[in-house]
Amino acid sequence: MNDIKKAFENGKALIPFITAGDPSLAVTEQLLIEMSKNGADIIAIGIPFSDPIAEGVAIQEADLRALAAGTTTDKIFEMVKGVRPQVACELAVMTYMNPVFVYGVDKFMAKCAECGISAVIVPDTPYEEKAELSSACDANNVSLISMIAPTSEDRIQMIAKDAQGFLFCIPSLGVAGVKSSTTAQDIDCMVGMVRSVSDIPCAIGFGVADKEQAKLAARTADGMIIGSEVVEIIGKHGENCIEPVINYLKALKSAMI
Amino acid sequence: MSKGRFGIHGGQFVPETLMNAINEFEEAYSRYKDDPEFVAELDTLLREYAGRPSRLYYAAKMTEDLGGAKIYLKREDLNHTGSHKLNNCLGQCLLAKKMGKTRVIAETGAGQHGVATATVAALLGMECEIFMGKEDTIRQALNVYRMKLLGAKVNAVETGTMTLKDAVNEAMREWTNRVADTHYVLGSVMGPHPFPTVVRDFQSVIGKEIKSQLMEKEGRLPDVVMACVGGGSNAMGAFYEFIPNESVQLIGCEAAGLGADTPKNAATMANGTLGIFHGMKSYFCQDEYGQIAPVYSISAGLDYPGIGPEHANLADTGRATYVPVTDEEAVQAFEYLSRTEGIIPAIESAHAVAHCIKLAPTMSKDSIIVVNLSGRGDKDVAAIARYRGEDLYE
Repeated sequence: MNDIKKAFENGKALIPFITAGDPSLAVTEQLLIEMSKNGADIIAIGIPFSDPIAEGVAIQEADLRALAAGTTTDKIFEMVKGVRPQVACELAVMTYMNPVFVYGVDKFMAKCAECGISAVIVPDTPYEEKAELSSACDANNVSLISMIAPTSEDRIQMIAKDAQGFLFCIPSLGVAGVKSSTTAQDIDCMVGMVRSVSDIPCAIGFGVADKEQAKLAARTADGMIIGSEVVEIIGKHGENCIEPVINYLKALKSAMI
Repeated sequence: MSKGRFGIHGGQFVPETLMNAINEFEEAYSRYKDDPEFVAELDTLLREYAGRPSRLYYAAKMTEDLGGAKIYLKREDLNHTGSHKLNNCLGQCLLAKKMGKTRVIAETGAGQHGVATATVAALLGMECEIFMGKEDTIRQALNVYRMKLLGAKVNAVETGTMTLKDAVNEAMREWTNRVADTHYVLGSVMGPHPFPTVVRDFQSVIGKEIKSQLMEKEGRLPDVVMACVGGGSNAMGAFYEFIPNESVQLIGCEAAGLGADTPKNAATMANGTLGIFHGMKSYFCQDEYGQIAPVYSISAGLDYPGIGPEHANLADTGRATYVPVTDEEAVQAFEYLSRTEGIIPAIESAHAVAHCIKLAPTMSKDSIIVVNLSGRGDKDVAAIARYRGEDLYE
């Protein structure tokens, strides 16, 4: 197995998500370098999709901005490959099934490996359909990240048993970017069900994350994925987003320790 | 593992949050589909409320005028609410009710599926919310008000191209947000399994009726069954019964907008490539990176960049063929059928009529074409007037 699990070895992992190419690939490149230096343990790089059905408004708009700016899968891989030596943390890509499938699943995973990307997250590919991706992932030593949701119930253990890398846990219903009312109990319960069958790290993905939620996540889970808050900061500040993004990450990181 | 495949197409490509909901729906469907009580209840509604069976009408004037094959029109436009959509809504809403759901949501393009869902929700006492692209709420304003009259909330979707594709995106997001008390009444033979199968089964009453009605009138099978195709529910409903009868040619008519070779079209079979979107593997209009194309058709109901997985497989195996029909051809057919037979078809259905106008004269007088007239055209009158340069607003 690859190094993605190492990201969970030094305390609780902070996993910010950004949409590649929003507002430009040059800014994304800077964000990768700076976030890696300032607390990110894994960065989830979003490959924009025209129709992101599991995202709220913030990421939908970021995807459209990135596509309008001419971002393509090839340009993203090229940028990541170039900047990889300056980025110490682990990298994952997050996108939808269609961009992966149309690019060619084997070619996509080979490119990930070539660019030092050790995991892929594909929200519209559930357990039942992961065979579409898993052999190419295995061949290229890329972890295929599984997700669990509050509605997963009896499915949680089935998914956790086969999961690779880490488990992406969504403790509240809804698309990304919707303010959640997740309680400590929700998280404890979800993580507990995973723990009974697997020691895989659990990362909690919130809608909109603040310091209080970071503390909650850090209590029982192994990490926290920042779904749309970083994307919102980038949307608001555009080219000048680096500093506010870093300040936000530092605040979350300190709350998690 | 993977379920609901038609050849290589289909599957269940949805977020984990929805998996238990679609599994639960699949279980409920297998439990009730052959349950005598459920079947009797649905049959009664189809007969007493929807007005089935719909007529199979011999279009004598059209046949004579075109001078070739005998033309029969399957009059789904005479269904209550004015289209075939009600067949599926009655089935799915009844199932949802059995599953204890109190609320239904749906996407709609032309508004026919939204109206049908709102109608059944009113009938069964369920809460109803419809998602419709903002562009479509403008070109189908009459249907928006119909849905409101029926007690539904209509959400105008302002993302993307603001048409059917975006309405499906938003309905899926809403289902993800609120799944416990809500069933998503998908309106076409698309989306994740079991929807393509369930919707096809509920619509297959169309083909079954065509077969028995034509047997009664002509004592034989038709040579051609044709229907318009967006997602493909009315076509699948008309085709399904005839799939084993290989002498029956099945033709789907898709929306070519300004022309299948122009940038403004929705001709998925002509221009689409294999992809995975909206829960299914099928053909989609998209670019080399898998970004879904902004498609176009004068018909809001056919203005969709994909096609149901069973159609994709029928095309792969050669069992059905799919032909592009332009806006102009559809509008001419809309006007032709109105003048010739006194029947104003939905602009969607007019795509099938247009191909019939081309095909019938090339066939012998003892051959038979059945055109599935999936809906009536009242909703389109203002838009067609505007297309013809009249200053008419609803």
